[in-house]
Amino acid sequence: MQLSNRSKQVSHKEMTLAEKMYLPAIAQGLAITIKHFFSKKATVQYPEVKRYLGPVFRGHHVLKRDEEGRERCTACGLCAVACPAEAISMVAAERKKGEENLYREEKYAAVYEINMLRCIFCGLCEEACPKQAVYLRHDRLVPVFTERDQVIYGKDKLVENLNDRYVRTNTEVQATPTEPSLSRSAT
Amino acid sequence: MDLTALIIKTVFILVVFGVTLLIAMYSTYAERKVASFIQDRIGPNRAGPFGLLQPLADAGKLFFKEDFIPSQANKGLFILGPCLAILTALMSSAVIPFGETFQFDNVLYALQGIEVNIGILYIFGVVSLGVYGIMVGGWASNNKFSLLGAIRAASQNISYEVALGLSIIAILMMTGSLSVSNIVTSQHGIAWNVFNQPLGFIIFLTCSFAECNRTPFDLPESENELVGGYHTEYSSMKLGFYLFSEYINMFVSSAVIASLYFGGYNYPGMDWVRETLTSSLGTTGHNLATLVGTMSLFGKIFFFIFFFMWVRWTVPRFRYDQLMNLGWKTLIPLSILNVIVTGAGLLYNIKYASWLIVAVMVILAIMSAARASKSQVRPQRS
Repeated sequence: MQLSNRSKQVSHKEMTLAEKMYLPAIAQGLAITIKHFFSKKATVQYPEVKRYLGPVFRGHHVLKRDEEGRERCTACGLCAVACPAEAISMVAAERKKGEENLYREEKYAAVYEINMLRCIFCGLCEEACPKQAVYLRHDRLVPVFTERDQVIYGKDKLVENLNDRYVRTNTEVQATPTEPSLSRSAT
Repeated sequence: MDLTALIIKTVFILVVFGVTLLIAMYSTYAERKVASFIQDRIGPNRAGPFGLLQPLADAGKLFFKEDFIPSQANKGLFILGPCLAILTALMSSAVIPFGETFQFDNVLYALQGIEVNIGILYIFGVVSLGVYGIMVGGWASNNKFSLLGAIRAASQNISYEVALGLSIIAILMMTGSLSVSNIVTSQHGIAWNVFNQPLGFIIFLTCSFAECNRTPFDLPESENELVGGYHTEYSSMKLGFYLFSEYINMFVSSAVIASLYFGGYNYPGMDWVRETLTSSLGTTGHNLATLVGTMSLFGKIFFFIFFFMWVRWTVPRFRYDQLMNLGWKTLIPLSILNVIVTGAGLLYNIKYASWLIVAVMVILAIMSAARASKSQVRPQRS
């Protein structure tokens, strides 16, 4: 049975005396390792240097607004249902008169919270959302937290800033920075 | 011995002690750096410039960890184990001559902890005591894995000590003295023993790897087989002492290898350096020349410490039976052969007699490689 074309043939032949002495082989090995000692290092100095992780990377959550700046989320709860870690919770409310420029539809999320300790960044909320309201940003990581009361992200941290619109197909982003200026959309 | 001599000796012993500890400390850092460089990484670089404060951080961490003693352990022996390990490791550097002579008040003092005419025997005695630290620690922690590790360590150390001692005998025959300082003096300039005793050197090097429990002979603490070897139950600074004593052992055995085979503080052109410096600077020049010799010794020591680490990331660990085969069936007969050939060479006044063994071995190896049938490689059955 051949699973791949990389299989090596195994031989069980007797070792010659030269091979039994080990020393030539050890010298060869030492030469190889010393070559690596002087070779270029593959390390990325992480907090200082950040690699571009690709458009499929799932990082910080964002609640999108539409073109007129209205929140897209209608608090349907499908993301919370889809969430395998049960990290998302929300409270729905009805849109009042005069709030049409704030919320896109009659129902909106008055409270929308994601528990970042529970979130596993699977991206199922993205897929479940019928309104294209929730995304996991490819260009921003969730910042480090040290206190327990910092881990529940409310709407203040999730709803996107109009001056800093998130666009997934932003070709300008070449790193995965946490600075908002680098992920600003072209529009 | 008058008071000045006593004070100078005390200061020197304290300096050696301090330098040993410092080198052992930075060996841990060097180990991690060398390991990462060989593996195409950068290694510790966060604590201080280039990560130079890393050993301090490690030590701090070890000090603040919980010091745990298992309830079923033999408490006295459990504490004694690491103490023995570090004590024996530190004792063996006493007879190594770190330089020629130091002139003070027109009196010459040898740069050596104690000048005993049985220096080599002293080193061997102390090194063989080192097994006790491991053995006592492994037994006292009342853990089967620790005991297994300790037993393997003990049998390994004892097996390789035989070959170690036998490989030294050829050197003793050529020098005619057991004193380490005499052995070093006899290698004046570039007349290093490694040129007379290539086989003995390789055997000694291999055995000192085994004595230091370094890869490929790190069976005592092979963590993927024995959880942690003889120090499985140890925590905090007791574990730190065990690990530290390993690095001290590495430093001391590098120093011994350098002294016995690579001329210690001798380097080519040392007479010229000494004459120029003494004629121009007098006493200071004499001391400076000694310092240069000490530097050359430390250069050799650092090279061997690096070599220990270099081999660690090259050669995989031996299986236990392979280890025993190598020790008893290869190294001991070879070292006995080396002693016989060296003796015959001394009888007929041939200095480089032990090259004969090397030549015969090379010829045999080439012949066997040439005669080996380029047999068909049988494909693996699926």
